[in-house]
Amino acid sequence: SVNPDLASERQTASFCVEKLTALLDGGAEQTRIRRAVVAAIQSDPVFSRENQYFQTQNERYEAAVRKAVHLQKKMHEMGWTENGPEYKYIYRALSGDVAFLLHRVFMRSISVLGSDKQIAKWIPLATQLRLIGSYAQTELGHGTYLQGLETTAVFDIATQEFILNTPKISAMKWWPGDMGRSATHTVVFAQLYIHGKCYGIHPFIVQIRSLQDHSLCPGITAGDIGPKMNFEAIDNGYLMLKNVRIPRENMLSKFCEVRPDGTYVRQGSQKINYFTMTTVRISLISDEVLIPLMKACTIAIRYSVVRRQSKLKPGEQEAKILDYQTQQEKLLPQLAAAYAFHFINDYLQELFDRGYREIQRKNFDMLPELHALSSGFKAVITHHCTAAVEICLRACGGHGYSLLSGLPSLYTKILASCIYEGENTILLLQTARFLIKCFMAASAGQPVPPSVTYLAAVKPGKCPAKNKSDFLSPDIYTEAYQHVAVRLISSTAAKLQDLIQSGAKKYDAWNQCTVQLVQAAKAHCHYITVKNFAETVEKLETKAGIQRIMKHLCDLFALHGIFSNTGAFLHDGYISAAQMDMVTASYLDLLAVIRKDAVPLVDAFDFTDKSLNSALGSYDGQVYQRLYEWAQKSPTNKMSPAYERYLKPLLHNTLSKL
Amino acid sequence: AAAMTMNADLRRERAAATFQPLLLTHILDGGPERTRRRKEIEALVLNDPDFQHEDLNFLSRSQRYEQAIRKSSLMVMKLREYGIADPEEIFWFKSFVHRGRPEPLDLHLGMFLPTLLTQATPEQQDRFFMPAWNLEIIGTYAQTEMGHGTHLRGLETTATYDPSTQEFILNSPTVTSIKWWPGGLGKTSNHAIVLAQLYTQGQCKGLHAFIVPLRQLGTHEPLPGITVGDIGPKFGYDEMDNGYLKMDNFRIPRENMLMKYAQVEPDGTYVKPVSDKLTYGTMVFIRSLIVGDSARSLSRACTIAIRYSAVRHQSELKPGEPEPQILDYQTQQYKLFPLLATAYAFHFVGAYIKDTYHRISGDINEGDLSELPELHALTAGLKAFTSWTANAGIEECRMACGGHGYSRCSGIPDIYVTFTPSCTYEGENTVMMLQTARFLVKSYTQVSSGQQVTGMVSYLNDLSRQRIQPQHVAARTVTVRINDPVSLVEAYKARAARLVEAAAKNLQAELNHRKSKEDAWNRTSVDLVRASEAHCHYVVVKLFAAKLSEVSNAAVRAVLTDLCLLYALFGISKNTGDFLQAGILTSAQITQVNQHVKELLAVIRPNAVALVDSFDFHDVHLGSVLGRYDGNVYENMFEWAKKSPLNKTQVHESFHKHLKPMQAKL
Repeated sequence: SVNPDLASERQTASFCVEKLTALLDGGAEQTRIRRAVVAAIQSDPVFSRENQYFQTQNERYEAAVRKAVHLQKKMHEMGWTENGPEYKYIYRALSGDVAFLLHRVFMRSISVLGSDKQIAKWIPLATQLRLIGSYAQTELGHGTYLQGLETTAVFDIATQEFILNTPKISAMKWWPGDMGRSATHTVVFAQLYIHGKCYGIHPFIVQIRSLQDHSLCPGITAGDIGPKMNFEAIDNGYLMLKNVRIPRENMLSKFCEVRPDGTYVRQGSQKINYFTMTTVRISLISDEVLIPLMKACTIAIRYSVVRRQSKLKPGEQEAKILDYQTQQEKLLPQLAAAYAFHFINDYLQELFDRGYREIQRKNFDMLPELHALSSGFKAVITHHCTAAVEICLRACGGHGYSLLSGLPSLYTKILASCIYEGENTILLLQTARFLIKCFMAASAGQPVPPSVTYLAAVKPGKCPAKNKSDFLSPDIYTEAYQHVAVRLISSTAAKLQDLIQSGAKKYDAWNQCTVQLVQAAKAHCHYITVKNFAETVEKLETKAGIQRIMKHLCDLFALHGIFSNTGAFLHDGYISAAQMDMVTASYLDLLAVIRKDAVPLVDAFDFTDKSLNSALGSYDGQVYQRLYEWAQKSPTNKMSPAYERYLKPLLHNTLSKL
Repeated sequence: AAAMTMNADLRRERAAATFQPLLLTHILDGGPERTRRRKEIEALVLNDPDFQHEDLNFLSRSQRYEQAIRKSSLMVMKLREYGIADPEEIFWFKSFVHRGRPEPLDLHLGMFLPTLLTQATPEQQDRFFMPAWNLEIIGTYAQTEMGHGTHLRGLETTATYDPSTQEFILNSPTVTSIKWWPGGLGKTSNHAIVLAQLYTQGQCKGLHAFIVPLRQLGTHEPLPGITVGDIGPKFGYDEMDNGYLKMDNFRIPRENMLMKYAQVEPDGTYVKPVSDKLTYGTMVFIRSLIVGDSARSLSRACTIAIRYSAVRHQSELKPGEPEPQILDYQTQQYKLFPLLATAYAFHFVGAYIKDTYHRISGDINEGDLSELPELHALTAGLKAFTSWTANAGIEECRMACGGHGYSRCSGIPDIYVTFTPSCTYEGENTVMMLQTARFLVKSYTQVSSGQQVTGMVSYLNDLSRQRIQPQHVAARTVTVRINDPVSLVEAYKARAARLVEAAAKNLQAELNHRKSKEDAWNRTSVDLVRASEAHCHYVVVKLFAAKLSEVSNAAVRAVLTDLCLLYALFGISKNTGDFLQAGILTSAQITQVNQHVKELLAVIRPNAVALVDSFDFHDVHLGSVLGRYDGNVYENMFEWAKKSPLNKTQVHESFHKHLKPMQAKL
């Protein structure tokens, strides 16, 4: 039965939960397909995650391999294909707890970077899992800065082979998933040398383990890099290459080729490589970032209406902790952020689909904008959501720290997203470079991409709000965000120019402005997110209360951003001190309004209990019983050898009862 | 690894420092003699073969618990063998043995024994203290329940007195009343001090403490009526068997209630304690320890991140030149140096609270409790303020180490998970901030009614003086000189005054809206927390600035002054809205502050490594491959990884179990 404290929350929803779920899924039909996939996966015992919090790294890895192998079978049984509508829900249904994820990256890199011949040779083998691939780019000494990679591939004309080497310890490949124990092949990124000349980084297919007995190939040293904060199931690996020879045909050669005589030929555009990175950054937002945040919100909010603590009014029952303003102030902005980023993700996906079609028509005009948006939003969203999940964890008091709450593993997993696929600070600086360029162009009256046209219309002024309800007008707050973004971008551009004009070298001036540049890039992304949320709300159907509640969340997201960064808005007096008090008042009022719909708003995310895998966040709210039951399954409750070995000699046992 | 020479980058960094790190270490330790003694104890532990073991990162939770128990038992024996009895020296010893991690006897040593000393009658001490001292009794302190933590009055465990047998009957009447979380309760302890609602003669007398035996001496099996176990895996704390305890009509003799203050007589008559203010003392003490722990944990993370940033080279700053150390990037300095300054600030705050506690303890013993409420309010707030800041700071340090920070070999994940629960235990931080706020509002009300207040809140007295002119408190002009720590203290003071006043006025406005007191308080709580934060921030800046004048060595004072300025200015640049809105600083000044922060980053840069060296963490204690003193990072990462459990066999068994059969079928 459902805990009455949770049940009562559901009776007063101001909107139709099922309608909101459909909106999030992109239609009721999508919801139906997703639920079918989730049901099929979660009813299969092989995919169970029941005891995972108790398992060691070795056990987690083994389970992930078992699931990956079983998944092949399952897909066949269910008739799911990689191009089918079900495919995108499989990962969500598994909660990412499966091996061979890098195998897909291996396949994608061959599809994108390989010649037709190479695709024909490798893709069928990989599809049938006759080999297991990985993707070896990052080294011990280098990550996001790809030009610095040190692995070498020297072309030997005599044998028509490349000789791959790890010349020093910092050149060792380090971190690639699936490489520590599973992979038989990997795409290695190495500096290409022909006749002693370096041609830069290129991808090579290298076999690292025997297809017969899985032993390491000659010249290969590989293994697992050891325990991490999460990803116990994944064998992130290291790889050292010593005079490993591979045939000339193993260099992926859609764009670059080494001819038999050693001639280096580059064809087509290198820009397409950027586009691959760009798409990866966007595609990770949904599965790796938004879902963990939505889960964390679900767990923390449900728990906060079950947990009662202290009294709000003398003589009454202890209050639900969600009734405390400070608890609302922790959780509800995170909930609003989950929705805000969901909608910006839709916007980005759409933009990228359009970009992809253009690129296929050999029109690369959108690339710089797409690149800048993907970098900036990847950084802003991963950073924001990581912080948000941690807030959810800490909002659950002591029980949040139990692994059984599900929150620690959500947190340790999402925080990796701030680093992989490009370290966030570096990505923000890439966005900033684009913004400065566009600002200069706009100032000179040149055309700029659509997302930054606002930079051309710099209009100084003051916020026109007269009372606190004015701050519930999207025009008012969107303008404020725009104003701050323009101010930060233009003042940083001016600072850069000043420094250069006073004799600083360009790179020096850039480094001296990087702190400001990062702030400018964040302000830009924040503005676009708010604007997009407001525009999305306007287009929603007014039926079933959906638009009204989304409007509240949009207001909350926007006002929370101002409330927690007041200085940026006060700085040039755009918002006055008196107006800032109105912002605060309006913001705090909204918390109480959204409080009433908090549980329905997380119910709409529609996670099954198995997906959440949380003793605190289950749909029925039977928190304490579940916590107690689960704890008893802990292996530490089997008799530990510690007693016989250490405690017994310690306890002198001279007395039998005190 | 011992034969390796020091990494050239780190050698250069150390040679370029403008001060002697050892002098700064002395200041942090409280004098050269304390440093010498600390290192002596450190050597005693680290050279002892009994305390060696495999890298804990590669052990399962059960194995880690077992190692911890093994070391703890040895530790207790050796402490006595060496005659180490000073609390601080015990703390060092323990911290070296367990490398800053929790251990299963923590609650026995830190709570069970002290509680016996302070709350047991002489007779009870005779019965329990020596057996506990000799570890025949291992005890824990069972307060928190599944359903209640910081809000103690809500605890549900009952102890009902039965005069016919002169026993208390202990019960866990609901699932939520199960004791949950106490350290050492799951597997280690055979006794617990249990907090329960006392019922006698049909009346509830509130929370009291009872000594409850849990396990059979000899077999260590739970006693009939006792259900006890481990609560399962957590975010860190692998060494600790945090436990649950359910009691079912479990009877203990009347003499097992701790009766130094409150008493139940044989016939069931309840005798009230004289004063309940005394229990404040322990709380103040433990919260002051957390402030020190915030400083230490953040210092460790800074040491790792800054050394690694001096060793790691990446990308290019100038075209054509070799890759620079990542510590040369402004963004990296901006992430790390303010945290370094914060770590120093918190060290000084921790030392201040410790001293104040000892001073006031003296007064308490002489019956003077006048300073206790302020100290209580201050430590509650500073516990929350420093643990929140350090918690976020540790994460930033980890992020600043890029991907490798995420590996457990960096040591930062471990520091984080060990530290982060302190935001919750010993008083949930938001609740702590609200306690401080209550004191601030009270002081404000006092000032408004014409009374003076003393101590750290005395700045509120200025408010009444200003009220004579019809002027908003914040509107007064503070001439802020951004190069002068003393002047910055004034700016923080003005901000705190403004936010306390705003919160108090908002609270009053809510009260005027005919709302209940509790409701009004709740509707103002976001403002109240902000006011407390501003107050604590002011205290930290003030204490840091005050410390500077105590430093005699000019070179050390210079570098600490840079850090103090950075701490104060960075805090302004992160909270510009407060200073702008209150008119304490103008936009032009804010721009100067931002600029000066960046200049200070460049000033501190040459001393960064020396500043973390001054924390003087031994490599073994630091437990980080990235933060090694010699900087030989990459070689040692490889050595470390080879020991990973997944690498035990060349071909993992999963290959034979899953991969091979599948490939055979295809």
